[in-house]
Amino acid sequence: MAKYALSINGKPMSVEAEADTPLLWVLRDNLNLVGTKFGCGVAQCGACTVHLNGEAIRSCVLPVSAVGNSKVVTIEGLSETGNHPLQKAWEELDVSQCGYCQAGQIMAASALLKSTPNPTDQQIDESITNICRCGTQVRIRKAIHLAAKQLNTK
Amino acid sequence: MKSINSRRNFLKVTALSGGGLLLSMVLPSFEANAATNVAPNAAADFMPNIYIKIHADGTIVLLAPNPEIGQGVKTSLPIIVAEELGVDWKKIKVELAPLDSRYGRQAAGGSGSVRGRFAELRKMGAAAREMFVNAAAQTWNVPAGECTAEDGTVIHKSSGKKLSYGELAAKAATMEVPVNPTLKDPKDFKYIGTRINDVDAHNITTGKPLFGIDTRREGMLFAMVARSPAYGKTLGNVDETATRKVNGVKDVVKLKNSVAVLATNTWAAKKGRDALKIQWNATEKLENSSDHFAGFKEILEKGPSTVGRNDGDIDVAKQNATKILDVYYEVPTLSHGQMEPLNFFADVRDGKAELFGPTQVPDGVRNDVAEKLGIPKENITVGTPRQGGGFGRKLMTDNGVEAALISAAAKSPVQVQWTREDDMQNDFYRPAEMYRYRAALSATDLLAWHQSAVGIGRGIRGDSYVAGAMVNYRSDSQGFTSNTPTGWWRAPGACTMAYVAESFFDEVCVELKKDPVAFRLDFFQKAKDAPVGRVGYDPTKYKAVVELVAKMSNWGTTPAGVYRGFATWFSFGSYAAQVVEVKLENGKPRVVKVYCAVHCGRVINLSGAENQIQGAIVDGINHAMFPKVTFVDGAVKETNFNTYRFLRMENAPLDIEVKFVESDEAPTGLGEPALPPVAAAVGNAIYAATGKRLRKLPFAEQL
Repeated sequence: MAKYALSINGKPMSVEAEADTPLLWVLRDNLNLVGTKFGCGVAQCGACTVHLNGEAIRSCVLPVSAVGNSKVVTIEGLSETGNHPLQKAWEELDVSQCGYCQAGQIMAASALLKSTPNPTDQQIDESITNICRCGTQVRIRKAIHLAAKQLNTK
Repeated sequence: MKSINSRRNFLKVTALSGGGLLLSMVLPSFEANAATNVAPNAAADFMPNIYIKIHADGTIVLLAPNPEIGQGVKTSLPIIVAEELGVDWKKIKVELAPLDSRYGRQAAGGSGSVRGRFAELRKMGAAAREMFVNAAAQTWNVPAGECTAEDGTVIHKSSGKKLSYGELAAKAATMEVPVNPTLKDPKDFKYIGTRINDVDAHNITTGKPLFGIDTRREGMLFAMVARSPAYGKTLGNVDETATRKVNGVKDVVKLKNSVAVLATNTWAAKKGRDALKIQWNATEKLENSSDHFAGFKEILEKGPSTVGRNDGDIDVAKQNATKILDVYYEVPTLSHGQMEPLNFFADVRDGKAELFGPTQVPDGVRNDVAEKLGIPKENITVGTPRQGGGFGRKLMTDNGVEAALISAAAKSPVQVQWTREDDMQNDFYRPAEMYRYRAALSATDLLAWHQSAVGIGRGIRGDSYVAGAMVNYRSDSQGFTSNTPTGWWRAPGACTMAYVAESFFDEVCVELKKDPVAFRLDFFQKAKDAPVGRVGYDPTKYKAVVELVAKMSNWGTTPAGVYRGFATWFSFGSYAAQVVEVKLENGKPRVVKVYCAVHCGRVINLSGAENQIQGAIVDGINHAMFPKVTFVDGAVKETNFNTYRFLRMENAPLDIEVKFVESDEAPTGLGEPALPPVAAAVGNAIYAATGKRLRKLPFAEQL
């Protein structure tokens, strides 16, 4: 066990964990930030997506010892009150079915909008590689476009 | 208005200690149960049996009685109650109801929640509304007929008097319970048929703890389980030395054919589990998928043993034919792949068990825990959180029972967490199947249809809609014994038969140079005008969806560069017809657009209903294109999403247009019916695009 000083959602947090523990389980089990979900453990499905220095990463394969000083943002820290344009668009278009993968989808989409404020369908295809078995992809795409529109008209 | 006060009351009312009102319905089928099993003073235990809670502070809570697995019933069921109750949807709260036999069937399966509860929930809401109206009328000493209820308030128009349900709760609790409350005229519906967003939408988008995996309890340990790595292998020697050395590991528990490791966190439990040295002994045959298909072929060449249906004389028709089509179709074994890997919380101690976790059948979990652990049912509670998908996997109770066994053995509250690999290797799979389809054709017509089917398990039952419209029709089938487990998978039976039958129908259309839409309409007309034997569907409704989707897609005027496929299917009481549009991107087909027409009776929640249809279509495209399970010596070769491939955004259609046939009939199924036709519609579109007839799923590896 070792101690790690992490920056999570803008706050310094200290955890005691084995060096090889994936960030996902540190968030969920040590910090009780359970919005980040476990889906595959091999960086395939994207349910565990968080931001590391603003980039979308799969937290299920990132050991806590590799996080260092990087700034971690989880779904709980994406916005103050759940009012990020993507969260609002997700609600407005009633995207979710079971809802399990959606936090990861929103984190992937918010990283995309930071680098590409007005993504084309092709850019969405290329960057949103998360899995949703319920099949909400059509509404996810529409919600990303809607949020982009709102961000760009601000 | 009449009321009755005997045991035969279907509505019961009781006052809450806080001055609120509880209203619940005892279903007739459960009366016998209540009469024999419930103590005479059962009224004291009446509290959990509720659909509506109205507190004196005006808070209105509606209870959704069926598990929420992504099919939207936590929203759609309360909508029905709210409609008749006359409350403001924006001001109510929704909770999942606890497990209680007085709710009747508390399961998620067979697209049955809304269709099973529509009439009951309307009556519940209406009865409560009448009680508030009567309470207000009595308070004001005016006739009840002069009062109306809206948005949680009773109004006396001529005097302008108003009282909220909260204010009326205590008095309403003393009102007689209406036996046959007056239901709203559907033309006055305010919520039913409109777009209402999922009640958990905000909690989902902000990452609130909603799911089984998020369960946290005082003193709880996390467990991972080493289960057999292959079907046919059983537990031998276990060396737990290395496991015990893993930091955080607290206990190791041996079950009949598995070993559980309990730890202070998930990662330690996984490391401890992975450090077990277990000898697994092959005690049964270790099966291979290739042997399954070879066995299927043998049976189909010989002819399956069980005749399902035999109309007319296919042999004579074959003799009169100018051409016989004779083809084989294959569908692979599939895993469920719900996004939330299985888990369950259990706390078993002092002869009692508390369970909480994802299941489509909480009552089944309770029954099986009672049986396996010898705990009386009344000492077992089973709670269900919102669930990360179901698709039939959680109709099996293994995850709940296993957690209870581990908690009992370790004497600790425990959250058992499965990995994706655990989930893939320990599923109840959609069985692999093979079909042989034969058609006798004249130059202009289809003379006979012969469907032969074989699959792992009990075999395949069911027929295409051509049965009932064909003079000469035969179906036969046979099961195939295997030690690989099978179970229900979204739209069981229909999900594979529709692919095969509707692909083959397209082959027939190509041979006869018939338009696939027009030729199908001919069949529905025949089934209506000259039915042959039993017709297992309503030809008029089938026609309605086919005609509607043809209109939506401007069938017959395909845009340039687009290739179209058509298919339709009836299942779970509902009709779905689809036109799939495929484009070739770098020579590979991609579904870009889908049109779908659905007849499902009255739509309750338009947004949720549309979401189910769109989702089922994407799910259908996914499973038509990508994943398959292959058994190699009893082990599943595809252990995670890197090899059990799922559709990504780049494979999803850009748009799915959905229309519902307007209907005043009671709602029918919605979670499953749009899935079955998809694979055939996609395959037919790929044929149009490439000339390649894909008689085997999944498609992508053949393109």
